Amino acid sequence: MTPLLETRGVWQRFGGLIANSDVSISVGRGEIVGLIGPNGAGKSTLFNLIAGVLPPTQGSIWLDGEDVTRLPAAERCQRGIGRTFQVVKSFETMTVIDNVIVGALVQTTVMREARRKAYEVLKFAGLAGRADVLASQLIPSEKRRLEVARALATEPKLLLLDEVLTGLTPIEAQKGVELVRRVRETGVTVLMVEHVMEIVMPLVDRAIVLDLGKVLVEGKPAEIVRDPKVISAYLGDRHALSA
Amino acid sequence: MDKNFAQRRRRDLVVAAAFAVVAALVPLFVKDVYVQNIMVLTLMYAALSQSWNILSGYCGQISLGHALYFGIGAYTTALLFTKFGVLPWFGMLGGGLISALIAMALGYPCFRLRGHYFVIATIVIAEIALLLFQNWNFAGAALGIDIPVRHDSWLTFQFTRSKLPYFYFALVLAAIAWLVTWWLEDSKWGYWWRAVKDNPDAAESLGVVVFNSKMGAAAVSAFLTAVGGSFYAQFVSYIDPESVMGFQFSLLMALPAVLGGIGTLWGPVLGAVILIPLTELTRSFIGGSGRGVDLIVYGTLIVLISLARPEGLVGLFSRRRKEAVR
Repeated sequence: MTPLLETRGVWQRFGGLIANSDVSISVGRGEIVGLIGPNGAGKSTLFNLIAGVLPPTQGSIWLDGEDVTRLPAAERCQRGIGRTFQVVKSFETMTVIDNVIVGALVQTTVMREARRKAYEVLKFAGLAGRADVLASQLIPSEKRRLEVARALATEPKLLLLDEVLTGLTPIEAQKGVELVRRVRETGVTVLMVEHVMEIVMPLVDRAIVLDLGKVLVEGKPAEIVRDPKVISAYLGDRHALSA
Repeated sequence: MDKNFAQRRRRDLVVAAAFAVVAALVPLFVKDVYVQNIMVLTLMYAALSQSWNILSGYCGQISLGHALYFGIGAYTTALLFTKFGVLPWFGMLGGGLISALIAMALGYPCFRLRGHYFVIATIVIAEIALLLFQNWNFAGAALGIDIPVRHDSWLTFQFTRSKLPYFYFALVLAAIAWLVTWWLEDSKWGYWWRAVKDNPDAAESLGVVVFNSKMGAAAVSAFLTAVGGSFYAQFVSYIDPESVMGFQFSLLMALPAVLGGIGTLWGPVLGAVILIPLTELTRSFIGGSGRGVDLIVYGTLIVLISLARPEGLVGLFSRRRKEAVR
């Protein structure tokens, strides 16, 4: 079976800087995959390439067996890639429900239907009580939830989560973890960028570690955290030796 | 909650219908031609500002060059009528379509610009068009076009004895612009536009084709604006470049919406009802020394209102905002 998402030999250069070099990863249906790595490893760049914010310098991106490398972001969303942003990008002058309706309109143009769908998703994300509040009045953790809800309303096959759990209090983060699990239970595949290892490792089925723009290792979380290469990438060589 | 929303939409319709009926009855009591003239202009600017609001308020692409579309509407109607004997009704439609096409042709390069750069482009383009028309001999160059007055007739849309037909037509125009906005507000386009205004990147990630959204808004906005321009040409029977394409028209379309509440359904109407009579009155009573004083008066007014109500005058009536404060 073809994987849901595949990147084949993806390169991204920004002038002299190589953000991604020869990155080939694949994500299977129904998986929760963590994309981790120290700052500047190229996680966000890879994310943007998959979401279609910019085309890769070289290489190709495949969704469900189709080449989507040249498709713009909006069309990739219509094909089933939903995403959140690391720095939340709510529609601030719109209400919470209206924010989600924008996403729901990918699947239907019947307003009544889109509105119903949006309420459903808000309930799922635990924001139903805030539906008629302006997005600008949400607290940060609620805004993160709104990002997820909005993306879910597009009914994605693949959900890209960009540091949705970072910077939350432990209780909020725990709720976030539960939300991601419930998302997977609905049949959505999740690829998440995170750099707080403690939070992601128990959640993901598999982790891919990027370092200096390349795939360093990938595998089960338990193996990853003990891998000397990963430890050295995160903490430096001295710690790797002592481990 | 779904019910609340549907109720609010219906209430808007009922209120609008009530306003329209009241407005339609006003001329029965107000016979003064000068006042009727102001009423016609108020309704016309309500319609124009509502059209402007679609592109600039809802979609967030601030245009200060809408005089271009207003002028194209006026010129299309006047040229077709005087040179080819085409009835103004077809001129109205033709002007609207030409404007919509031009708006999209201009949007193609300009919508790549963001924020202030887009605004500057709209101003410059309208000024260029003004200069072109001032030198276009076929269209009367700087002298403009005198539309010959024949008999009072709905066919040629000319009325010399009474302002009332113009008044009712302007009322219908304002009602149409309002209804179009009302309808678009709860449609895919309406949501796309607001999303584009608030955050284009996020919009794109949710399947919104930002460029097409802007093009759609520009086309609708330009079409309605041009229809207003066509109406104005017939109303005043004489047009020249400065009197239909001058920068002040761009401002007069933007200001009511900004004053009343940009990106809102009622903002343009509310703004026009306050601003246009004020403009006309200050112009006739204290504007003798030039056209500066009226501008000072409503400049001051706008500053005061934006200090007190940054979201526009509709903020005074807004239920949603009160709810929103938890």
